[in-house]
Amino acid sequence: MTAIERYAAPNSLDEALGILQQGEVTILAGGTDLMPQTKAGRIAFKATLMNIRNVAGLSGVAFDGDWLSIGATTTITAILNDPLVKKNAPVLAEACDHFASDQIRNAGTIGGNISNASPAGDTLVPLIVLDAEVELASKPNGAVTTRRMPLAEYFTGPGRTKRAANELLTAVRIPLPKPGHVARFYKFGARPALDIATISIGIAGVKKDGALTDIRVAFGAVAPTPVRAKRTEAALEGRRLDDATIETAANAARDEVNPIDDVRATAWYRKELIHNMTKRMLDHVAQA
Amino acid sequence: MLLKHDIEFTLNGVRKRVTVDITMNALDMLRDVVGLTGTKYGCGEGECGACTIRVDGETRNSCLMFAVDFNGRDIVTIEGLAADPKADALREAFVEHGAVQCGFCTPGMVVQASHILDTHPDADAETIKRGLEGNLCRCTGYKKIVDAVESACCGGR
Ligand SMILES: Cc1cc2nc3c(=O)[nH]c(=O)nc-3n(C[C@H](O)[C@H](O)[C@H](O)COP(=O)(O)OP(=O)(O)OC[C@H]3O[C@@H](n4cnc5c(N)ncnc54)[C@H](O)[C@@H]3O)c2cc1C
Ligand code: FES
Ligand code: FES
Repeated sequence: MTAIERYAAPNSLDEALGILQQGEVTILAGGTDLMPQTKAGRIAFKATLMNIRNVAGLSGVAFDGDWLSIGATTTITAILNDPLVKKNAPVLAEACDHFASDQIRNAGTIGGNISNASPAGDTLVPLIVLDAEVELASKPNGAVTTRRMPLAEYFTGPGRTKRAANELLTAVRIPLPKPGHVARFYKFGARPALDIATISIGIAGVKKDGALTDIRVAFGAVAPTPVRAKRTEAALEGRRLDDATIETAANAARDEVNPIDDVRATAWYRKELIHNMTKRMLDHVAQA
Repeated sequence: MLLKHDIEFTLNGVRKRVTVDITMNALDMLRDVVGLTGTKYGCGEGECGACTIRVDGETRNSCLMFAVDFNGRDIVTIEGLAADPKADALREAFVEHGAVQCGFCTPGMVVQASHILDTHPDADAETIKRGLEGNLCRCTGYKKIVDAVESACCGGR
C-alpha cells in the first residue's frame, strides 16, 4: 500500500481539478465502495486522498436545456426523493428504490456508482437505456475543460472506465423524455434489500400505435460491464409489440448474453432469467 | 507512517476536536478514540446496521465512513439519543414491546428508527420495515421491533 501523503477536501471544482492534475489521487465520495475495497486490499490508496463532498456545484438535480443534469455527488436518497427525477426519469428513481439499504442510500453517490463501474451497479442499466451521458472535467493547461460521452460507451471493464486520471466525473445528464416514452427496470436479487443484482434489465423506447421505436435494451451483471443488447433491440425496433415479437425478442436476449457462473447464480439460470423477465417486462409494456 | 489529520465536528451536541489517521473508519474513531462504545461493530461492511449513526440528520453506517469525513458535521450516536427527551417514547417502546433480547443490534435499530420517525412521522408497519432493511437482528425475529417503532410513532408522539 502506498502511504497517503496528503488529505484534501477542496471546496471548488477549480481547486479539485488542480489537485487531480498533480496526479496520484484517490477520489473519495460517499466511501461505500472505497472503504471496503481499500480495507480488503483490492484497491491501494494513491499519494493524495481527495474528499469531493464539499466541492460546490457537484450535488443536486437541475434542468440544463433539454437535459436533466444530476451532479456526481448527489446521493441515491436525494435522487430517490427528487421531484424532477420522479417526473422525467422515474425508472432511475425506481432503481434507486431497490438499492441497498437506507443507510447506504444516504451515503452512496451516483458518481460513485458510475465510477465504481460494477457490472451490477444499479443506476447504470436505467441510465444507459435513458441515453445518459457522463460529463468529465479537467484542467490540463490551467483552464477548466469538459467533455461528454454516452454512458453506454464509458465502461471498459469491471471497475474500469474511459475517465483519464486528471478528470473528475462531474455529472450525468439525461435527455428529457419524448412524448410516449416508456422505460422499465427490473432487478433480480435473492432478497429485496442489500443485495447485489443477479441480473438486471432496462428497457426503454417510444410507444406509438402498439409499437416501440428508439428502443434501448440493456442488461446488468451478465458481462464484465453493463451492456446494450443490440440484437434484442433490433428484434423490437418499429415492430408491433405482439406475442410473436415479444417471444423473438426474449429469445434474442437469452442468446446474446454471455454470463458467468458465480456465487449468485449459474450462467444457465441467468440466461433463463434474462429470457423470462425480458418477456414479462415487454408484456407489461404492451399492456400498459 | 500513517498520515494524521485534525478534524472538528459536533458530537451529540458538543464540539469535538480529534486527530485521526486518514484511513481510520468513523466507527473505530467513535469507539477507540472518543470512547463512545454504544455504537456497535457487527460486520464492518455495511450489511448489519449495528454501527448506524446520524450524520447531519441522515443515517449512515459508521463502519463505511472515513473518520476525516466527520469534519464540520453534526453527529448523533445512541449516547446522544439516550439523552434526548424526544427519543424517550422510542426507547420506552423498545422496552415495553420486548424488542430487545441480547441487545447487540439495539443501538443501531434505535438510531435508524429515530430517522424513520423523523422523515415519516406517520410511518406504517410497511414503511418501518423498509426503513429497517439495513439493520439485522438475530434474536427477535423483527416483529417486536417493528411493533415498538410503530407504537412510538402513532401512540408515543
Ligand atoms: C453493503 C453494501 C451494499 C451495496 N448495495 C448496492 C446496491 O444494491 N446497488 C449498487 O449499485 N451498489 C451497491 N453498493 C455499492 C455502493 O454503495 C455504490 O456503488 C455507491 O453508489 C458508491 O458511491 P460512493 O459515493 O459511496 O462511492 P465511493 O466509495 O466514494 O467511490 C467509489 C469509486 O468511485 C470513485 N469516484 C467516486 N466519485 C467519483 C467522481 N465524481 N469522479 C471520479 N471518480 C469517482 C472513487 O475513487 C472510488 O473508486 C453497496 C455497497 C455496500 C457496502
Ligand atoms: S458494522 Fe457497520 S454495517 Fe455492520
Ligand atoms: S436483540 Fe440480539 S441481535 Fe437483535
